[in-house]
Amino acid sequence: MDLLAEIASGVIDGNDQKVAQVTQQVIEQGKSPKSILDRGLIAGMNVVGERFRVHDIFLPDVLLAARAMYAGMDLLKPLLIKEGIPSLGKVVIGSVRGDLHDIGKNLVGIMLKGAGFEVIDLGNDVPPEKMVQAAQEQDAAVIGMSALLTTTMPVMGEVVDLIKREGLTGQLKTIVGGAPVSADFARDIGADAHGFDAANAVVQVKNLLNVR
Amino acid sequence: MTQIVEFSASHVAPDRNAVFESQGIPPGASVNQQVDRLYSQASALLADTAAPAGVLCEISKSDFAVVYHGEGRNEADTPVGDIFDRADRLALFTVTLGAATGEEIGRRFEANDFALACMLDSAASVAADRIADLVEQRYRDSLIHGDWQTASGGVLRYSPGYCGWHISGQKKLFDFLRPEQIGVTLRDSFLMEPLKSVSGVIVAGPREIHNFPITYGFCRHCETRSCRQRLRALFAD
Repeated sequence: MDLLAEIASGVIDGNDQKVAQVTQQVIEQGKSPKSILDRGLIAGMNVVGERFRVHDIFLPDVLLAARAMYAGMDLLKPLLIKEGIPSLGKVVIGSVRGDLHDIGKNLVGIMLKGAGFEVIDLGNDVPPEKMVQAAQEQDAAVIGMSALLTTTMPVMGEVVDLIKREGLTGQLKTIVGGAPVSADFARDIGADAHGFDAANAVVQVKNLLNVR
Repeated sequence: MTQIVEFSASHVAPDRNAVFESQGIPPGASVNQQVDRLYSQASALLADTAAPAGVLCEISKSDFAVVYHGEGRNEADTPVGDIFDRADRLALFTVTLGAATGEEIGRRFEANDFALACMLDSAASVAADRIADLVEQRYRDSLIHGDWQTASGGVLRYSPGYCGWHISGQKKLFDFLRPEQIGVTLRDSFLMEPLKSVSGVIVAGPREIHNFPITYGFCRHCETRSCRQRLRALFAD
C-alpha cells in the first residue's frame, strides 16, 4: 500500500496517530501538500462519508475518522497556506437563534471540512444578522443553518429574507437542515437546498457550488 | 410551594441504548470496540461533572394562562393551549445537569476530540431528560399520595420551543418559577444556561386530554413526530 493510501486507511479506521505519523513521513519525502490532502485525507473522508451515507457506519465512527483527518490536517495546513492552495469554498454554519442543538451542525461542519471546504462555525443561537454579516465578511458562498425546534425553524426564513433584502440572492446560497426540517419547508422559505443528513449536506453544498 | 430537588449523578446515569439512539445508532446494531470505549469514557466524564438539580412549583390554571401566553408569540392553536384548561393539576419545572458537563463538552470539541465530545453531549442530553423524568415522577407520586384519582389519569410534560409554544414563553415561566435558585438563567434569546437544562409544565389530568391530533399548522413542517412516541408511552398500559 502506498503511503497516501495508508493515510486514507488511517482516516477510515479513525487512527489519528497513524495518520499523523504517515502524513509527517510523506511531507518529509516532499510529496505535494495538495496530493496528500486529496489522495490521503479527503480520499479517506470520502470513503467514510459514503459508508455513513449507506448506514454501514455510525456517527461516532465518522467523528473518530474526523479526528484522524484533523491530525493530518494540522500538519498540512501551514503548507497549504504557504502554497496558496484554495479550499473548495467557504461555508458559514450555525444553529439558528433560539436553538442550542448543534450535534448535527457540528457533524456537517466536520464533513464539509473533510470534503475540502473551509468552514466558519458560528456555534448555536445565532441571530440572522450575524449569519449574513459573517458570510459577507468572510466572503462565504454558502450559509448552512440548523434547527431542531419547530418554533425556531422560521428563523431560517428570516435569514433567507435578509439575504434578499441585502441584494445577495444568487451570490450567497443557503442550505437548511435539522431533524424537524423538511424539503417542503426549505422550498417554502426559499432556501436553495435541504440537507437531510450530514453526508447529503456535503453533496448539496457541492451541487450549489458546482464542485465535483 | 416551590420544591428544590437534587439528585446524585448515579440517579441520572443515561441508558446506553438511549445514548446510542441519540447518536443515530439503531437499537440492536453492533458497534465496534472504539465506540463502546467512547460510551464508557463519556459515562465516566458525566458521572464526574454532573450536578443534577430541579425546581418544581404547582401553578393554578389562571396563573398558567398568563405564563403560557408569554410574550404573545405562540401559534394560534397549540396542544398545550388546548390541553391545560382540561387538566386537574399543573406544575412548572426546570431541571439542569449543571454547568460543568457542558464545559467539558466544549473542551473536548476544542481539542478536536469530536467523537468523545459528541458522545458526552448525547449522554448529557439523555441525562437532562432523565432528570425531567424523575421530577415528573416525583410530582406524579405526590399527586397519587394526595387526593388525585389516577385510574384514568395521565401525567405528561410540555416545554416552550415545541409544538407551537414559542421559546419566548421561557420568560414568564422563569418569572414565576425563579430557577436561578438552581443556577439556571435565561439568555436574551430565551435559551437556558447551562444548556443541558429542561423546563416546562407538567400536566396532570384525564389521560385522554393529552391525545392530540397532528393536524396543527406547524405539524406539517415537523419531521420528528416525537409527540407520537410520548403518547404511545402514555397509553402503553
